[in-house]
Amino acid sequence: MSTTRKLTMAQAISEAMAQEMTRDPNVFVMGEDIGAYGGIFGATGGLLDKFGPDRIMDTPISETAFIGTATGAAAAGLRPIVELMFVDFFGVCMDQIYNHLAKNTYMAGGNLKLPVVLTTAIGGGYNDAAQHSQCLYATFAHMPGLKVVVPSNAYDAKGLMIQAIRDDNPVMFMYHKGIMGLPWMAYFEGSSNEVPEAGYTIPFGQAKVVREGQDATIVTISQMVQKALLAADELAREGINAEVIDLRTLVPLDRAAVLKSVAKTGRLLIADEDYLGFGLTGEISATVAENLDTVVLKAPIKRLALPNVPIPYSRPLEQFVIPQVKGIVEAVQKLMQARMAEGVAA
Amino acid sequence: MQASPEKLLWMYETMVEIRNYEETMANVYLEGKLPPQIQKGLAFDIGSGPVPGEMHLAAGQEPVAVGVCAHLKKEDTVVGTHRPHHFAIAKGVPLDKMTAEMFGKVTGLGKGKGGHMHLFDPEHKFSCSGIIGASLPPACGAGLAAKKMGEDWVAVAFFGEGAANQGSFHESLNLAALWRLPVIFVCEDNNWAISVPKSNATSIEWVADRASAYGIPGIKVANNDALEVYEAVAPAIERARLGEGPSLIEVKTDRYLGHFQGDPEVYRPKDEVSNLRKNDPIPKLAALLKSRGLMTDAEEGVIVARAKERVAGAFAFARQSAYPAAQDALNDVFA
Repeated sequence: MSTTRKLTMAQAISEAMAQEMTRDPNVFVMGEDIGAYGGIFGATGGLLDKFGPDRIMDTPISETAFIGTATGAAAAGLRPIVELMFVDFFGVCMDQIYNHLAKNTYMAGGNLKLPVVLTTAIGGGYNDAAQHSQCLYATFAHMPGLKVVVPSNAYDAKGLMIQAIRDDNPVMFMYHKGIMGLPWMAYFEGSSNEVPEAGYTIPFGQAKVVREGQDATIVTISQMVQKALLAADELAREGINAEVIDLRTLVPLDRAAVLKSVAKTGRLLIADEDYLGFGLTGEISATVAENLDTVVLKAPIKRLALPNVPIPYSRPLEQFVIPQVKGIVEAVQKLMQARMAEGVAA
Repeated sequence: MQASPEKLLWMYETMVEIRNYEETMANVYLEGKLPPQIQKGLAFDIGSGPVPGEMHLAAGQEPVAVGVCAHLKKEDTVVGTHRPHHFAIAKGVPLDKMTAEMFGKVTGLGKGKGGHMHLFDPEHKFSCSGIIGASLPPACGAGLAAKKMGEDWVAVAFFGEGAANQGSFHESLNLAALWRLPVIFVCEDNNWAISVPKSNATSIEWVADRASAYGIPGIKVANNDALEVYEAVAPAIERARLGEGPSLIEVKTDRYLGHFQGDPEVYRPKDEVSNLRKNDPIPKLAALLKSRGLMTDAEEGVIVARAKERVAGAFAFARQSAYPAAQDALNDVFA
């Protein structure tokens, strides 16, 4: 039996990296402030002391160069983990990510393996405004060639990180700042949980039912899972049992888990912190719409996500655009009002 | 560093092969693209013929490829550009598979998924990219891998003078210098970034002068000459193999053809190419070989015939190969 302890998500991620670095000498980490600082969001905390500067490499502020370096090193047989400090910074290096890292395997007819884990911080809620608060996972999921992993808690983060490092393909590992358990940013307690000391993997493409319910399905990911669970608690007090599904990975996407749950509940809310337009909420909605021959809806689908505006700075503005627990509760209540209307009509 | 007779002969034969390859491709590329077969009003149909898409040929630029690759071994990495054939041939990428890739055939390097700007040969450690300035960062990665593995392998990033104004150039030179990576950055200055001459795009005459900004050697090769390139590059290769870090080399070279095939070249002075061709590096090296008693007229004939035969064989292989099944488009997104 493996011993478990309660870890923050940041601790779980760095533990996963450390265990894989111990297991496989080809694994190393590059990025800005990932050494002595331990990563601005703690994902590489303690690694420099364990592995030294040859394997925990602080880089210049040159994302194009060091992400391209990761691609080149992976082609040569190494397994780099490379950090893009905020996902919002992808603009300075996207060519190396989507034109090279993501496409070279395909253009090589599958003859080239690029085992790179690209870690990056996502999410808002702490008033950092439009250039430091986005999620953008749908942007990366939209383009072929990248696996996209977005954990919601420490246990999943460790298993998914070990899986990512062992995968022979590029994996975007996107962690929300507001669930890392940082000592300087409010976070959702549920994201810190019991984590086995021994290493383990969680396969990609397997969503998790984090709360079972019969009345409505909430499909979500990342920090929004924690909000959805709090919302489900509130809803339970008024007799509504919501099922909460944590997708955990966008590529691959577990569409079957969504359909199975919606077939059971007949009601679907998709709660997302990425932009509403052309994103995750639309993708999940389409999946259900394409399967309406087998899935019967009792109410129209509801979507909660960021309206398509840049994320504002001021607290009331930011809290308005990012879906909150209250908004999830209200959205599910509206889904259920359809039931009540039906009942009246019947 | 003196080039051995074997190296000189290899450079000559490889240049002949490259030139013949590019000239053959220039003709094959036009098949099915010109009037009268196509619709009225079109001068040229890029998406037709056995080799569709853009086609960037490197006739005239052979000395850069052979002068550098003559120093390399199989374990060394080369990252080329959107104009990649001369580098690939000089690095030893199999001609059959490379040509089949350009024909979009299932026997191609990438099973027809890459095409002429995206040639990947992990076995011979060759790759290239259709994006300007994109060769430098992955070459740093190959250099980093060699260093971590404790090997004396080097990585070469080829790029044009236009790419030297990309951020990736500056980021990569700084990173490679900082980490003392065994990378040789080779700027292939053919004076033209598509239609824009270097004087209209670059603030200094020699890109190699930028090496001083990163504390690394900057080497200038003023003539489009294989032997000159070979000798100039030697200390950079040695420095990299010894773990002393990267170098920047700039070679003034000549692009005989358009930026891509079908380029009307309205921007180029009319007599420029005919003047450039007067300094053709291939007959020049042949004359040198003969003057040193390393090649007779008869041997020259054998070498040329041999190179042409390889090229003809590759094109025949490509033509005879099958197209992939259409459904194969859905495979290989992930390894």
